[in-house]
Amino acid sequence: MTKKIATRETYGETLVELGKGNENIVVLDADLSKSTKTHGFSKEFPNRFFNMGIAEQNLMGTAAGLAASGKIPFASTFAVFAAGRAFEIIRNSICYPKLNVKICATHAGITVGEDGASHQAIEDLALMRALPNMTVINPADAVSAKALLNEAAKYNGPVYVRLGRAKVPVIYNEKDTEFVIGKGMEVKTGQDITIIATGIMVETAIKACEELEKENISVRVIDIHTLKPIDKDIIVKAAKETKGIITVEEHNIIGGLGSAVAEVLAENYPSQLKRIGINDTFGESGKPDELMKKYGLTSENIILKAKEILQG
Amino acid sequence: MNNRYQELKKIATQIRKDIVEMTNAAGSGHPGGSLSAADILTVLYFNKMNIDPENPKLENRDKFVLSKGHAAPVLYSTLARRGYFSPKELLKLRKIGSILQGHPDMKGIPGVEMSTGSLGQGFSTSVGMALASKLDKKDNRIYVLLGDGEMNEGLVWEAAMAAAHYKLDNLTAILDYNGLQIDGKNEDVMNIKPVDEKWKSFGWNVIEIDGHNFEEIINAFEKAEGNNEKPTMIIAKTVKGKGVSFMENEASWHGTAPKDEDKEKALMELGGEK
Repeated sequence: MTKKIATRETYGETLVELGKGNENIVVLDADLSKSTKTHGFSKEFPNRFFNMGIAEQNLMGTAAGLAASGKIPFASTFAVFAAGRAFEIIRNSICYPKLNVKICATHAGITVGEDGASHQAIEDLALMRALPNMTVINPADAVSAKALLNEAAKYNGPVYVRLGRAKVPVIYNEKDTEFVIGKGMEVKTGQDITIIATGIMVETAIKACEELEKENISVRVIDIHTLKPIDKDIIVKAAKETKGIITVEEHNIIGGLGSAVAEVLAENYPSQLKRIGINDTFGESGKPDELMKKYGLTSENIILKAKEILQG
Repeated sequence: MNNRYQELKKIATQIRKDIVEMTNAAGSGHPGGSLSAADILTVLYFNKMNIDPENPKLENRDKFVLSKGHAAPVLYSTLARRGYFSPKELLKLRKIGSILQGHPDMKGIPGVEMSTGSLGQGFSTSVGMALASKLDKKDNRIYVLLGDGEMNEGLVWEAAMAAAHYKLDNLTAILDYNGLQIDGKNEDVMNIKPVDEKWKSFGWNVIEIDGHNFEEIINAFEKAEGNNEKPTMIIAKTVKGKGVSFMENEASWHGTAPKDEDKEKALMELGGEK
């Protein structure tokens, strides 16, 4: 059986390892350290952990000041507060001066579940993508999260890392996979159709791929773990080599992966595109899998769209 | 006034002239709140802070953050007169291709420690800088200047709470308390009184001074250093537009540049020839 780990769990463990290797790494949280999993770091390195209380704006401002003094701050809270409430602090105090702050936002997307729409960030990728100097990362599983967090720590500049609350299957093999910021991952090669997914939807894309292959449809699956800068080459290549592209994201259909891919295709190689995401609506309370079904973030929906393209 | 203060007065007057000339040349900008802060910045950069214009990134330097970033002209003039860049740059304020952006930009301007302009944020970042210095066991100080209108921002109080919580006694904030914000008097727009009690209740050491009296400014900075485990707020009573009679205490000069005739009149008042 596939192992299931939430990317926030991986974040917590990776932070401790990063902290051992680099004294300049400091961690800030806004009274959610047990949920964001930064509490492991706080126990290991209490003098390098700053709980800023329920004050997300000051969380980001303080992180900016620490970065301006040579520290590498990892600032964490829920995605809805990080990208939403603190947006303008991130814009003016972190991105404009291009400070070395890593914003690691957990509880992103509708898989937050029971807490409901107020806590389900479905627009964070759009907001962060629109900021000059920002790098936007959305890992698919524990293995890619660990690798990309390490890359983010090495990179000098603002990075937004989107992390989830729910446990998700591990899809990558740690030993033979290399993750590079800005380089998409061809998870599976194929000739008929391409599914481009990001975050926890990569696993759903693989599931759809397996079903389609039973019907002798050859499917390419691409993981866009870096939404910005986006890997244009891998997208254009897929457009040239397959009959159409489906994007899948646990995010509003506006401004996220689907929009980013549409931009690349429209300017470089106009081709058939179908986007799957949350259809410009707020979520609601429910179990994560119930919500995914209700909002159409399923392998069944991907298969439907694939067939539409192939039959069209 | 002894010689020491005479010298500071001369520098502050030059800075005030620069502010008038810069904003006139730019055709926009914020002269009122720049003039009110001129004496405070003069003391910081010419008397107080451990800095080196030849080496702006000096390891153990003191840092100044202009949280009321719209008062950029006073900071730019002070930096230029202190030797960070040529005073010739000043007349390029707000012009295309200039390093002197409408609000301070740390990437382009030597000596600017933090990009500011969105109120409350400079103050919040100064808390981060003070934390970093504590972590590195440095003995430098972080200075941050806030406007009184800026006290309306919720972020100021988030940062105030955090600075006291983390016992940042290496942080000295100065409130440029000129009583006016864009739309009028503080008490008409959004009352901030009692100012001293607010900061005291947030766990800060509070010192009240006349922000145009060099002796009081210098003494306040010294007193702030001796304060154990508490950040210090120096409430500096100032006059918006200080030094130019027709700009003094006029909210309308918050964000209006002097026209040529205003400039001439202002420069005359500040000391005759340019």
